[in-house]
Amino acid sequence: MTAAQTTKPAVANTAVGSQPSPAGKITLNFLVILLMAFWLIPTIGLLVNSFRPAADVANSGWWTGLLSPQNLTLDNYATVLGQSGLVDAFINSLFITIPSTIIPLFVAAFAAYAFAWMSFPFRNVIFVAVVGLLVIPLQTTLIPVLRLFRDLGIQGSFLSVWLAHTAYGLPFAIYLLRNFMGSLPKEVFESAAIDGANPAVAFFRLAIPMSVPALAALAIFQFLFVWNDLLVALIYLGASNPENLPLTVVIANLVNSLGSGWHLLGAAAFISMALPLLVFFALQRYFVRGITGGAVKG
Amino acid sequence: MDPRLFTAVVVVVGVPAVLVGYIYATELGLRLAPAVWRDRIRPWFWLAPALLLLAVFLILPTIGTIVRSFQNTAATAFVGLDNYVWFFGSNDALIALRNSALWVVFLTVFCVGLGLLIAVLVDRVRFESVAKSVIFVPLAISMVAAGVIWRFMYAYEAPGTPQTGFLNGVLAAFGIDPVPWLTIDTLAFNTILLIVVMTWMWTGFAMVILSAALKGISPELLEAARVDGATEWRVFRYITFPLLLPTIAVVSTTIIITALKAFDIVYTMTNGAFDTDNIALLMYKTLNDGEFGRSSAVAVVLLVAIVPIMALNINRFRAQEAVR
Repeated sequence: MTAAQTTKPAVANTAVGSQPSPAGKITLNFLVILLMAFWLIPTIGLLVNSFRPAADVANSGWWTGLLSPQNLTLDNYATVLGQSGLVDAFINSLFITIPSTIIPLFVAAFAAYAFAWMSFPFRNVIFVAVVGLLVIPLQTTLIPVLRLFRDLGIQGSFLSVWLAHTAYGLPFAIYLLRNFMGSLPKEVFESAAIDGANPAVAFFRLAIPMSVPALAALAIFQFLFVWNDLLVALIYLGASNPENLPLTVVIANLVNSLGSGWHLLGAAAFISMALPLLVFFALQRYFVRGITGGAVKG
Repeated sequence: MDPRLFTAVVVVVGVPAVLVGYIYATELGLRLAPAVWRDRIRPWFWLAPALLLLAVFLILPTIGTIVRSFQNTAATAFVGLDNYVWFFGSNDALIALRNSALWVVFLTVFCVGLGLLIAVLVDRVRFESVAKSVIFVPLAISMVAAGVIWRFMYAYEAPGTPQTGFLNGVLAAFGIDPVPWLTIDTLAFNTILLIVVMTWMWTGFAMVILSAALKGISPELLEAARVDGATEWRVFRYITFPLLLPTIAVVSTTIIITALKAFDIVYTMTNGAFDTDNIALLMYKTLNDGEFGRSSAVAVVLLVAIVPIMALNINRFRAQEAVR
């Protein structure tokens, strides 16, 4: 059944396509596999090195490690997890990322709903301004915001990065959600209003459940953005509170200070990549939909 | 128990609860208002949290930075264009500006070119989804991790010793002397190599969007051209490519902004050594040195570079809204 369904379009495609010669087909497949190899080699290299003893990493290429797999070891991971504050940094990354992912979803959803389904003066002007803010480099905000945090006495705290990440994530979140919510069927909200549901009820009972795909895509984006962020953490946490630093900053510091500790860096980098990769592979569908929805539409 | 855990739980559960409560409370409060006013006031309550955050963390600070760029280091006096005079008179700053221009041009060309090529190629193989995942996955990792990964591609050891970098390993296999990749600043070669790392990360982005647009092109249209005897290349050149142009424009703007903001990769891989500085890194460095006036001026240069793209974005958005 499924086999028939999957082969059908393939047959149709070759019939429609220009019947590539067998040689052409081999060349095509070879090219794609070559490109995939180019994309995989850098990561495989680091992965192999993260399992090799320190002396090997420093004295030979990672590809030689493939020839002597009996030397591979988990020592680097044990060392990295045992020292150098990497576990703390991992926990810090979680502390920074989870609230910074959840809070903007709520704030953006309220605003997006207002932009999509309420009428008020300057609605389009304000929304266009939000679209404009999409491209503002956060570099242009660093110095005044840093001063604001100092004046408020929250410099170096998790609270400061939660606020900053929430605000920085808002333009894209509002934009994506407003486009999605705006495309929901009008009749649903009209009949809800006729039934006497106030906007708050319509929002929480109808708009939010119907927007789950967009909210999921957004949550993934914001999660990856915050988890992978270096600059915000470096500026707002870096100098004033080293105890709160996330993985990215700690690893970047390791890069510049280790010198001979390259074997640890590979393990550290993979620990930092574990969660994003997990999220990516588990939720790739939403991720792709979010990107194409945000970009092809807008 | 870690006291931070307590705080985090309070924040993760408490803040959304407060926000939801805020919306319901608004509704209750509005019942007190005359009916005509309810629909006029309500939107502003729904927008308030977002607009407040945007104002405090994006709009006002951007204005603040612009003002700050005309002040001295301690913000005690206005110094006119001094910070900009420094910028355009400083060799380091001009190299950073040049490199940022290279980032914009090459990252866009590499990502869109490769993304388009890969989108077209994988469209014709059976393992399309696997191939796309492989190209796409670097987008999920941090640029710091990407920097670490690529250090092992570019690593250099003295000639005669075993090479640890992949590229030099390949050269060694052919008996060619190793090349100190990231130190070669002739023709900004090392900057291009850093752009390659970012290309590795962002090609997947271009590919996914272009691939979606490609699949949206009607097969009948392409088939009609083929029946008329057009070669695959001509079908691509005269039908597929023109139809993809609007999407290419969208992808390009996103990548141009990414290129201008590129900071992490340079910071992790060279920290600006061997003339690889760019605007984003220079801004960080001057900020770190406490040169707030100059740093603000660098940020404003970055902003000015982005304004035309913002205008394009808004125009495109307006055109789309008109169609809706």
